[in-house]
Amino acid sequence: MHELGIMESAIGAVLREARARGAMRVHRIVLRIGTLSGVEPEALRFAFDVAAADTLAATATLDIENVPARAHCSACHEEFGVETGFIFTCPRCGQLCGDIRQGRELELSHLEMS
Amino acid sequence: MNTTPLAPTSPDTDDDFAIHPLSGAASRPGSALSGPLSAEITAALDQSPDGEVRVRSVDLRVPLLEKNDILAERNRGYFLGRGLAALNLVSSPGAGKTTLLERTLDDFGRTTKCAVVVGDLETDNDGRRLSRPHASVAQITTGTTCHLDAAMVARGVESLDLDGVKILFIENVGNLVCPASFDLGEQVRVVLLSTTEGEDKPLKYPPIFKSAHVVLLTKVDVADALGFKRDVALDNIRRISPHAKIIQLSSRTGEGLEEWYAFLRSLIAKR
Repeated sequence: MHELGIMESAIGAVLREARARGAMRVHRIVLRIGTLSGVEPEALRFAFDVAAADTLAATATLDIENVPARAHCSACHEEFGVETGFIFTCPRCGQLCGDIRQGRELELSHLEMS
Repeated sequence: MNTTPLAPTSPDTDDDFAIHPLSGAASRPGSALSGPLSAEITAALDQSPDGEVRVRSVDLRVPLLEKNDILAERNRGYFLGRGLAALNLVSSPGAGKTTLLERTLDDFGRTTKCAVVVGDLETDNDGRRLSRPHASVAQITTGTTCHLDAAMVARGVESLDLDGVKILFIENVGNLVCPASFDLGEQVRVVLLSTTEGEDKPLKYPPIFKSAHVVLLTKVDVADALGFKRDVALDNIRRISPHAKIIQLSSRTGEGLEEWYAFLRSLIAKR
């Protein structure tokens, strides 16, 4: 359950960005969360209400964009997407691949404010 | 590890749009004001000559663990500058991290200077177990926090005598979930799987195994007595972490420890 800490850090970043732009209120927050990040989007949503309470972002909508994993096959020199799970098998040659190119994202990607 | 460097922010984009106060309609298709209108906006609308309030929209790339990632990079630079290799040892509670380190300090640590930072929620039991005249040890108690973070490691390292130290072991809090998200600035992440845990642990807790550079299969001396199928476990590890080096060992009998020490020596040679 480290999602509360991550959410607090996210709200911290939101408030910093919003204040730097002189905003009075944040309407929408978009986070990009990779499927390999080890962070559970539902737990983040749960933590959001607590972390955002009494801030400029208290009534903002939280959107979480899931970033699917992508891996690179060293045999075929090709990148491929992984639909689900953590076992990355090259769709062309069947080799197991450990070279992760996408899916560890954990970032604040978009803000709407006034 | 989440070590991809990201620009903290990007300049505002040009896709600002306006919301009409009565209709709520946005001046740009596909945009809508989320959340109810606040008192501040209502007040701003009252003063607005054209009855519109600007809603600004910005695209950013701010890492959520920015603070930890910055501190982790600082730790990494510090370790590199001191010429020491830092290893982050992660596993479930009871997989044998402390026992492996005791044995490693007693054998390998006699000829190569090592230091340890060890984290637990409470007690300094592990710190005392690992304490040796020839090895500096720092105990971190995290209270209720389920993982070590880069700041805790930096504080722990401050109290260590790192003179001549070649290997720094960071024994993480026993937990297979949260430590996966926190870069400590280590060079190598070592995940332990013990034969008492069952062959399918890598499939049940994939993120941490996915992030491992090395997987140690521990307590192999009791594998047969437990009916533990080594080949199934190894296959599961390889499916989740095909890139990871796997070493099978027993801290009690010493089986496989030479391979572990050889790996540690290879880290020093690379420096």
